[in-house]
Amino acid sequence: MTATIVKSFLAIILTSVLTENFVLCKFLGICPFLGVSKKLNTAVGMSAAVIFVMALATAVTYPINKYLLLANDLEYLQTIVFILVIAALVQLVELILKKFMPPLYNALGIYLPLITTNCAVLGVVLLNQTKGYNFAESMVNSVGAGLGFMVAMVIFSGVRSRLEGADIPKFLQGLPIVLIAAAIVSLSFMGFTGLVDGIFA
Amino acid sequence: MAEKKSLGKEFTKGLIAENPVFRLVLGTCPTLATSTSVVNALGMGISAMIVLVCSNIVISLLRKVIPSKVRIPAYIVVIASFVTIVQMIVKAFVPALDAALGVFLPLIVVNCIILGRAEAFAGKNSVIASAVDGLGMGVGFTIALCCMASVREILGAGTFLAGAQNLLVLFGDNVLNGFNGFTLPWTEVFNPMTVFILAPGGFLTFGLLMACANKLAESKGKPRAELGGCQACPMAKNCALLADGKGCSEEKKEGEQV
Repeated sequence: MTATIVKSFLAIILTSVLTENFVLCKFLGICPFLGVSKKLNTAVGMSAAVIFVMALATAVTYPINKYLLLANDLEYLQTIVFILVIAALVQLVELILKKFMPPLYNALGIYLPLITTNCAVLGVVLLNQTKGYNFAESMVNSVGAGLGFMVAMVIFSGVRSRLEGADIPKFLQGLPIVLIAAAIVSLSFMGFTGLVDGIFA
Repeated sequence: MAEKKSLGKEFTKGLIAENPVFRLVLGTCPTLATSTSVVNALGMGISAMIVLVCSNIVISLLRKVIPSKVRIPAYIVVIASFVTIVQMIVKAFVPALDAALGVFLPLIVVNCIILGRAEAFAGKNSVIASAVDGLGMGVGFTIALCCMASVREILGAGTFLAGAQNLLVLFGDNVLNGFNGFTLPWTEVFNPMTVFILAPGGFLTFGLLMACANKLAESKGKPRAELGGCQACPMAKNCALLADGKGCSEEKKEGEQV
């Protein structure tokens, strides 16, 4: 019994981190991926904040969805409710951190407002819902998606630090070469295709 | 300022000079994700355009009522309502598109083009100007999506406008006289490069088209497109990084008083 649960959690984590990486395979959260990946420490800080907010958003929206929206046939309000809950939640967390946990706020807090309107956070909440995950599976998937975001950010910040010193043709300088580098990183993640099915078949 | 004269300009600026995707670098997620085929791109572009025009109109109407402190949540509610309406319409009348766009249809809510225009334009300008601005930006977004999608579909699938019938299913089953896209002649000789409709092809196509757009802009004496335009970011006013004068990429300094 517990073995099957652990197995299904592992499958969900591996899927969301590797085979269906949020950034590189699903194109969610591209703005911070391209914008904040210049330095390793900002990339890690941003990703930690994303993991935190994703987990929190899932923990809050799951009961709201199940006991308030689905119970009253209000599914069509999902988009509005989810985005408002996430926006309010992020603001609240920012205030609480600022007041009670200044060290954590200094590490994560500055990235929080940027995450309010991040499509990855709303995306993971909506995907949990469309995939029909239960609460535990949703939490695992959200943390996994956040970890996948972190993996992509960390790898890409390494790639970008190499790009800084590279001799790039003039017409590709700036954004185009960053996107092409992202294409190559994404191509390497395609190597994981079928991995999860292979292990858990 | 004579408003009537500038309306044409408000419309055309969104098409090329301030194209939301290639010049302002906004809305990259849906651009990459939904440009796998021209039909999907058209569907996404039109959906986003409807939301953009409607939300621009309503936000512009309410601009004197909404207190500036709760402006962002208020904008989000307006935008989310229109997204929900569009989502329901698409689900009911174009189910194939709903299936193809998946989670990206509700994610129009967090499309930075829409919140960005609300913040940068509709919250400050008259209703008509905002509507025209929304229309121009929406058309520009659709054009950019279709450019991306044409490259990716032709190279990646060897077709063009495949599934066009699905988009017009509302008007009857045979509205295009059985036309359902072209299959390009060389697909019999060469296999299409499937990687172009997969994730890496999206990044690659976007990068190369961005290089072309930059080249065009430079030949007109305009600056290259820059990422992390803090002025364009809807969260700019709440951004602590920006308040320190650093910006998200820790180098921008010009975005301080947005």
